[in-house]
Amino acid sequence: MKLKQVTHSRSGDKGNISNVSVIVYRMEDFEKVKKQVTAEKVKDYFHEIVKGDVVRYELPKIGALNFVMQNALGGGVTKSLTLDRHGKSLSSALMDMEIDMEVDVNNSNY
Amino acid sequence: MKKIRIGSGAGYAGDRIEPAMELIQKGDLDYIIFECLAERTIALAQQEKMKNPDKGYNHLLKYRMDKVLSLCVENNVTLITNMGAANPLAAAKVIKHLAEEKGISNLKIAAVSGDDVYLNIGNYMDCTIIETGASLKELKSSIISANAYIGISGIVTALREGADIVITGRVSDPSLVVAPLKHEFNWQDTDYELLGKGTAAGHLLECAAQVTGGYFADPGYKDVPDLWNVGYPIAEVQENGDFFLTKLEDSGGMITTATVKEQVVYEIHDPARYLTPDVIADFSQIEVIEKETNQVHINGVSGKEKSGYYKTSIGYLDGYIVEAEISYGGSGCLGRSRLAEEVVRHRLIQANIEIQEMRIDHIGSNSLYGSSISAPLYDRERLSEVRLRVAARTADKGAAYVIGQEVEALYTNGPAGGGGVRVSVQEVVSVASILIPSEDITINVTYEEVDKIETQASHSL
Repeated sequence: MKLKQVTHSRSGDKGNISNVSVIVYRMEDFEKVKKQVTAEKVKDYFHEIVKGDVVRYELPKIGALNFVMQNALGGGVTKSLTLDRHGKSLSSALMDMEIDMEVDVNNSNY
Repeated sequence: MKKIRIGSGAGYAGDRIEPAMELIQKGDLDYIIFECLAERTIALAQQEKMKNPDKGYNHLLKYRMDKVLSLCVENNVTLITNMGAANPLAAAKVIKHLAEEKGISNLKIAAVSGDDVYLNIGNYMDCTIIETGASLKELKSSIISANAYIGISGIVTALREGADIVITGRVSDPSLVVAPLKHEFNWQDTDYELLGKGTAAGHLLECAAQVTGGYFADPGYKDVPDLWNVGYPIAEVQENGDFFLTKLEDSGGMITTATVKEQVVYEIHDPARYLTPDVIADFSQIEVIEKETNQVHINGVSGKEKSGYYKTSIGYLDGYIVEAEISYGGSGCLGRSRLAEEVVRHRLIQANIEIQEMRIDHIGSNSLYGSSISAPLYDRERLSEVRLRVAARTADKGAAYVIGQEVEALYTNGPAGGGGVRVSVQEVVSVASILIPSEDITINVTYEEVDKIETQASHSL
């Protein structure tokens, strides 16, 4: 299923850095989402857009992940040539990522 | 326990005014803040001030004040805003004249300055630009503005001196909220946990509608009632820093745990280290709890000692950006748009102009996400229209216009049925950041008074 079925998201900008949140609707889904939506997976997903590192932070008590993506806005809001200079629409892209909610979070081989 | 109600009247430079008017009248507010200064806005304002020393404040200052000044006076609401942009002193005079025109008496307006370090920028040429790692020297000749993100101290002084309106230039956005809390509750500079909680309130208020259902609605997934009439938020804060967010009952939008959570994470990086000039706030253990409809309580925020440096935004001239577009419709439109791209690329090589960077998009298929994300999301055979967009950065204005002309030339020299050409060329003002020691900054508060003894006292902090 798409990530959008179980989470919601918002993106923001600071200079050439974009941050995109992934927030579960139900706290019981947090571990599954955390297991699958890794920084590596997000970097790979946005490989045409994000040219720098992706770091994931957690806000466990609100079931939120925060992906901070360096060099993600075409040089920054002021000089970017992209149509969406702020990367406002990146959250909607991430919500189309496929996720498997049947995954066993206790299986360390995943 | 004493409580303070702070409303948010604007979340960006051009924000709507009607929700602010409603809040002032019906929100039982003590304060209202208007956050109107994006990263680059102040550099643009600085350019205006250079052309006219009486300008350089927010374009909507007079419009907004005309709508809210009397309401603030009638409802005893103190207004705090960064609409002063590059020229808070001129902005204070504008408000004073407006008050006089309206027959408002007994009004004290404070202008907070000291954030502008442009005149001293020569001292910082060896500083490292945070974004690029290069030395500030590289930008030397193109710098047009330098403004430090200052904290609460100037606003606190103004409130202590009885200001009804406080107008600032660049201050950290959450400081607009932390300052009245520190003033009202007599929080100390070392009350890091309280300042952290106040910073959370400021962070959640500063984008106005973004916590009440704006930038949130997605029909079928995240429905928002009466988005057209979305109300702006109110934080009701207690002396111990506990607070909840709410809004007017008869306004549209909503405050739920979901809207608040999205705004908690909005434009933060490490949640354990949200840096402001006042405190390092820690949102990592934040909890949000809905106690009543449209009433969400925030717990678990703390804070640590601030860094001793001010982030300073340097505005500099950075060439030109041209954006030129043309539309193709009907079956095969994407193919024609791609042919147009090929044509333009060849002609720009032939034109032999210097282009720093160029990007060509086909709006409708790949302009937002590139092809790997977009391709699975649409059917290229079923697109009914595509808009070719050519964007480029050039050092030379003439080169930018040549690119625009080549897109326009697609009318008669390009694929079939191209229409709706629009071309814009704009001078680029970019922003770089450096850190400067906080002791280098002297904050001044200047007052304009209506129907009080005319003084222009200045307090150095």
